Amino acid sequence: MNPRTVCAAVMCGMLVGLLGLAITMRPEAVITLPERVAAELSRSGVSHPVTAVLLNFRSLDTLLEIGVLLLAVVVAYALRETQADPADRMGLDNRLLHAVIAWLFPLMLLVAGYLLWAGATRPGGAFQAGALLAAAGVLLRLAGIRPSDFAHTLGARAVLVFGLAVFLAVGLGAMAVGGHFLEYPPAWASPFIFGVELALMLSIGFALFSLFELAPPHPVSNKGARERSET
Amino acid sequence: MSNALLFAWTGAALCGLGLFGFIVHKHLMRRLLAFNIMGSGCFLMLVGLAQDGRGPDPIPQALVLTGIVVAVASTALALVIFRRWFRLSGKVRLPEDA
Repeated sequence: MNPRTVCAAVMCGMLVGLLGLAITMRPEAVITLPERVAAELSRSGVSHPVTAVLLNFRSLDTLLEIGVLLLAVVVAYALRETQADPADRMGLDNRLLHAVIAWLFPLMLLVAGYLLWAGATRPGGAFQAGALLAAAGVLLRLAGIRPSDFAHTLGARAVLVFGLAVFLAVGLGAMAVGGHFLEYPPAWASPFIFGVELALMLSIGFALFSLFELAPPHPVSNKGARERSET
Repeated sequence: MSNALLFAWTGAALCGLGLFGFIVHKHLMRRLLAFNIMGSGCFLMLVGLAQDGRGPDPIPQALVLTGIVVAVASTALALVIFRRWFRLSGKVRLPEDA
């Protein structure tokens, strides 16, 4: 057995042991966060605690998160192949798939809208809805239906930054009316959160779809395919 | 022993397993998978520990939700970079691991 593997196994086993020990012998929590969230929930503008934390109490996290997503898409745009996309090899020309998508696609849009709306009162919200939108886009793409050259237009870039822009505008707007950055006035919190979530849903959905779309399958003539054909 | 602690321990085991895979494997895709297993272990620990004895805690849940989106973004970014590397060099490993 490779000494490197043994060494790694011993060290990782020790790490698991230490983590397990730390979990077992952890100190008691000084403050109970669920109670504090519950106490402030009525001022947050939504009635679901996770949404309240995500988009009101700790909205800076969410702002930075959509920034990270945008950064990933920007790098993916920068690294995409410089030549024009090859003829579409991703699409499955399957009539059954097309028929199923004709049924599923409107339903997926509907469920995405519902998830966004439900986020205020129960599990749901912008991320789940955005993920569903992205899945709908990927499904279309796999069936060979591609939205012309939308990915390379100014409109596509506008959709990508829309979520971050609206989030920043709302945060700065809260500063303009006298609060801190991203500190919504309680009376306005509910429409603010819904507006931000709507923008986030569109941007997240399109960003996840773009990450998929920007990595098309390799043309057959690449090295890996040659190696495979030789063996 | 409560269920929540079982989740946290499982998360710790996943962390160690992911780290082991990350050290041992040299194929970039395997490393990416190991990295994701490590991340999932962290999420499981966070959520499991937080709800031990106190019921569901929305703050770690929100943190983990944010973390999942960031993990998805970083995984997709890594895949794009790997594909570019594979296209340019024809290799699935880094030069120092070859």
